[in-house]
Amino acid sequence: MSALAFLADGNSIPPLSQVSVWLNDPENWTGPNGLLVHLRQHVIYTVVAVVIAIIIALPIGLLVGHTGRGAFLVGGLANGLRAVPSLGLVVLLVVWLSPKIHLLQTVPGVVDHRGALPYLIPVEIVLVLLAIPPILTNTYAGVQNVDPAARDAAKGMGMTGFQLVRKVELPCALPLIMSGVRSSVLQVIATATIAAFAPFLGGLGQYIINGAQVINDPHNGYPAMVGAGLVVAALALVAELSLILVQRYVVSPGISGRFKTSKSTVRAPDGSVVGTELAGV
Amino acid sequence: MSELWQYFRDNQSDIAQWTWTTVWLAGGSLVAGLIVALPLGWVASRYKWSYPPFVTLAGLIYTIPSLVLFVTMPGLLGTKVLDPVNILVALTAYTVALLVRVVADGLASVSNDTLAAAAAMGYTGRQRLFAVQFPISIPVIGAGLRVAAVSNVSLISVASLVGVQQLGALFVRGSQGVTLVPIVLGVIIIMLLAFAFDAVILLGIRLMTPWQRAVRAR
Repeated sequence: MSALAFLADGNSIPPLSQVSVWLNDPENWTGPNGLLVHLRQHVIYTVVAVVIAIIIALPIGLLVGHTGRGAFLVGGLANGLRAVPSLGLVVLLVVWLSPKIHLLQTVPGVVDHRGALPYLIPVEIVLVLLAIPPILTNTYAGVQNVDPAARDAAKGMGMTGFQLVRKVELPCALPLIMSGVRSSVLQVIATATIAAFAPFLGGLGQYIINGAQVINDPHNGYPAMVGAGLVVAALALVAELSLILVQRYVVSPGISGRFKTSKSTVRAPDGSVVGTELAGV
Repeated sequence: MSELWQYFRDNQSDIAQWTWTTVWLAGGSLVAGLIVALPLGWVASRYKWSYPPFVTLAGLIYTIPSLVLFVTMPGLLGTKVLDPVNILVALTAYTVALLVRVVADGLASVSNDTLAAAAAMGYTGRQRLFAVQFPISIPVIGAGLRVAAVSNVSLISVASLVGVQQLGALFVRGSQGVTLVPIVLGVIIIMLLAFAFDAVILLGIRLMTPWQRAVRAR
């Protein structure tokens, strides 16, 4: 945890123009300690956290939205979690929890360093706690906003509560749920930079933490910090765009309204209107 | 518990100083962010073509990690690394990013019937904006402000990594020593502060929207 060091006060930090020099150096990208390796770790930390958060938040959000009970709890919990300072919680868990975890396993491709798991778990806990509120509140709000007529129709068709959730409420709430997942992903990507405070862990935050200690270094100092930060922002942008693409495919066209359902009149041969049909579905 | 209290008493003046810094950084960035976001949000709601670029740009700002924004500020503003102004400007940027969309959506959510009624009563465009549209969207804007306040307060602690002294300094102390006490204390104070900000804004919303209670009482 020596990474939490204070910076020397100085105005001799390298200019921002050094950042493009740093980013254009191929050696900073490839290699065993390059940006690509850190980028991969960053993505892994993010995916693990968001997947766990979805597994936890989605069922709770659906249940609360469906039954209408515990809405106050969901709002309070989400707001409470938002108030927790992520940095403080990471420091706290790494100091308190990590020594109590005696797992020395390595997970090939994810946790390569022996002994890294006890530090990865606390960091993931913090990231999961961060990712839960947007997914939880959006799932709840999405289910609440389902057109009561659609719900009544499903009940009238004899659907059970579970079928109603799976076949009506979940698909109808999906646009909002996806936007919750998107904001979770953005927050986790931005916050996963603090993973580098824990020993043996990396991610793009490594450059920022290490750079802060040698901020005046024209190569590894300030330029590397800002450069890695730009890579984080780029990663967030790519993730956002990919998820928007995913959303296009998972959300039913009838709900997203992507295909125009222009009504065309059906006329009988004598010209009288006999009905309308939906075109372009 | 007694250890926490003991630590609090022993470091009272430091903690008071740090709390004050945290309060003015969070409060200042909220006020500045709101002042900037209101006209921007109005433009985004008034001129439909400007909504997508505004909201996308705001979303982009939100993707920048706070630590990165904090360290980029000296390069952009020409300030010193330890200058708290860096934190204030960075948090203001986050607040604006969050609120532009909220303000635009809030103003757009005012029903057309209401606007038509105001126009029929003889309100000019500007009177209608300030006397009808803004007040009606206070609950929506206020909800966005609450989220911004809570996240700002907890984001500030990250600034201790760039050496600006505020409540996050307790985390640094805890990580350097062997004791958990300052870390726990820091988390508790920051959360209490976040809830205090939340409560103040909630109270403000209530006071500024008396008609909501009147409707509920009926």
